[in-house]
Amino acid sequence: MAIDTNERATPSGIRRNPFYSAADWQSLDGNGEAAPGAYPFTRGVSPDGYRRKLWTMRQYSGFGTAAESNQRYRFLLDQGQTGLSVALDLPTQLGYDSDDPRAEEEVGRVGVAIDSLADIETLFEGIRLDGITTSFTINATASIILAMYVALAKKQGSDLKRISGTIQNDILKEYVSRGTWIYPVEPSLRLIVDTIEYCSTEVPRFNAISVAGAHFRDAGATAVQELAFTLADGIAYAQRCIERGLDVDNFAKNISFFFYTHSDFFEEVAKYRAARRIWAHTMRKRFGAKQERSWHFRFGLVCGGSTLQAAQPLNNAIRVAYQAMSSVLGGATSIFTAAWDEPFAIPTQESAELALRTQQILAYETGVADVADPLGGSYYVEALTDATELAVTRVIETIEEQGGMVRCVEEGVVQQMIADEAYRKHGRLERGEDVIVGVNRFQTEQQRELTLFALDSASQSTQLERLREVRAKRDPAAVERALERLRETLISKRNCMPALIEAAEAYCTIGEMAGAMRAIFGEFREPIVV
Amino acid sequence: MRVVVAKPGLDGHDRGAKIIARALMEAGVEVIYTGLRQTPEQIITTAIQEDADAVGLSILSGAHVALTRKIVAGLRERGSDDIPVLVGGAIPPSDVATLREAGAAEVFPTGALLSEVIAAFKRRGERRG
Repeated sequence: MAIDTNERATPSGIRRNPFYSAADWQSLDGNGEAAPGAYPFTRGVSPDGYRRKLWTMRQYSGFGTAAESNQRYRFLLDQGQTGLSVALDLPTQLGYDSDDPRAEEEVGRVGVAIDSLADIETLFEGIRLDGITTSFTINATASIILAMYVALAKKQGSDLKRISGTIQNDILKEYVSRGTWIYPVEPSLRLIVDTIEYCSTEVPRFNAISVAGAHFRDAGATAVQELAFTLADGIAYAQRCIERGLDVDNFAKNISFFFYTHSDFFEEVAKYRAARRIWAHTMRKRFGAKQERSWHFRFGLVCGGSTLQAAQPLNNAIRVAYQAMSSVLGGATSIFTAAWDEPFAIPTQESAELALRTQQILAYETGVADVADPLGGSYYVEALTDATELAVTRVIETIEEQGGMVRCVEEGVVQQMIADEAYRKHGRLERGEDVIVGVNRFQTEQQRELTLFALDSASQSTQLERLREVRAKRDPAAVERALERLRETLISKRNCMPALIEAAEAYCTIGEMAGAMRAIFGEFREPIVV
Repeated sequence: MRVVVAKPGLDGHDRGAKIIARALMEAGVEVIYTGLRQTPEQIITTAIQEDADAVGLSILSGAHVALTRKIVAGLRERGSDDIPVLVGGAIPPSDVATLREAGAAEVFPTGALLSEVIAAFKRRGERRG
């Protein structure tokens, strides 16, 4: 095959030159980029990079019952993981109790089953909430999970002003690409503003939202689209908070972001550098934030996902390692490195350990964490950062011209853009234009024997038994009172967090709380886009 | 030829289902894409009402065996077991045989080629038509 030496582009379509020089770097002020820790933070939000604090190593994990997942968390913490990331099963994400007919076959499969505060208590047994940060990938039922977490922190005697963590709580991208929506858009946005408002004063160190582009990306979006849609979502949430009357300098600190790092090394570095710059300008100039920390763009990310392949699966460990390095060079706040066996199942303890070790080797052996933004000043990286900023800004403008992100999501505009890109990308792969090692080049016939994770077949029945016990032991009058107060609050449009916390403390189940919301809010109707 | 592409269960990952649906359409097949969170009963009803020549299920949550069993059994109970059910998704290699035993006409584990999938739909669907 003839190699075209003339034209090269990033997967987002940004042209790549054969080499870069000073002539390619049009820095905004002509004096080069501001130092790390200085506005607009292209080079990082901290002047010393990772010296004071490494990124958080936060492996997405959870399966079966709370007791089984607690074992895995303790194992990971013992191995040097520095934060928790809770994977929840689909019934929990969709507000169904484990004994709901719609939950059948799904209990404990893609994450841990949580029915009530009792499960959250078990999940964190032996773990002090004021000594760890916890991230929950939870969206439609995020307010309920936050209520349970706060209830547990209070029970443990942890100071709410000191506990820290993240709920994903980003419903707009669920409608587009991840699919765990429940309610229509408006009541869902109200719940999100409720949680941001509550956290900004009561649990100030908690990220009430992690605006996530990762799922756009894994659904097929390019890096430029991923960042543009994510920032457009962030803008939509910030606008809703301001409409509620919240002060931008109070809530900005409670917003974080989440991405996928895929395999194009420099495109990813440039994406994160551009993201910090655009968000800083947005918060300062558009929303008038005055405090420096309101301008900071903090983000977690995941390496792996749709870049991981079933063919020659051990290669995935190598892909993830490169992705993790570009994430660190891009200045990530927290990183999840997926395990090599992710295309098949959730990880075994062994593959999960290797994934964690990948980050530890990066942090402690390679030296990349010693200097902030080590690629700053590279003609190529600076030029690519500028080009990414420009391309992302254009996509955001296109969305705003079409009525903004909320409208584009309701009408399926974003869904269509992603589906188009996914289809194009798949075509390039099948035609061999994009090379994936082991998939369309360098294939081998032999199949390796795989030892994969299998869910304990007793998990589901154990969870159902636990749920029966909780229902039998709790005070039915307190449950009914709490649910009645919740229903009143939902109708009243007051902030629902205090009522949700009371309901969690009364051991109301997630199905009861989400059921109250379903009855009042109704359900979203998905626009069918192919 | 008419194919129902369905997302059974609670899983929300629809990239694969949408790519299959689009490629089938480009191959001249009429496609009914159900959208997310279809119960087995809903999928069975859609397949029969639309007089589908084949049903494609895309499942990435790990619940593929149980969901496939229910849908195949439901079609059989309604006398529509001539509608072939093709299954794809995050399926470990060791589950391929199990899914076949459960009544799946074809199984496409992670990494299957789009061209193979489309060819299989055409083969299975035309055999019925």
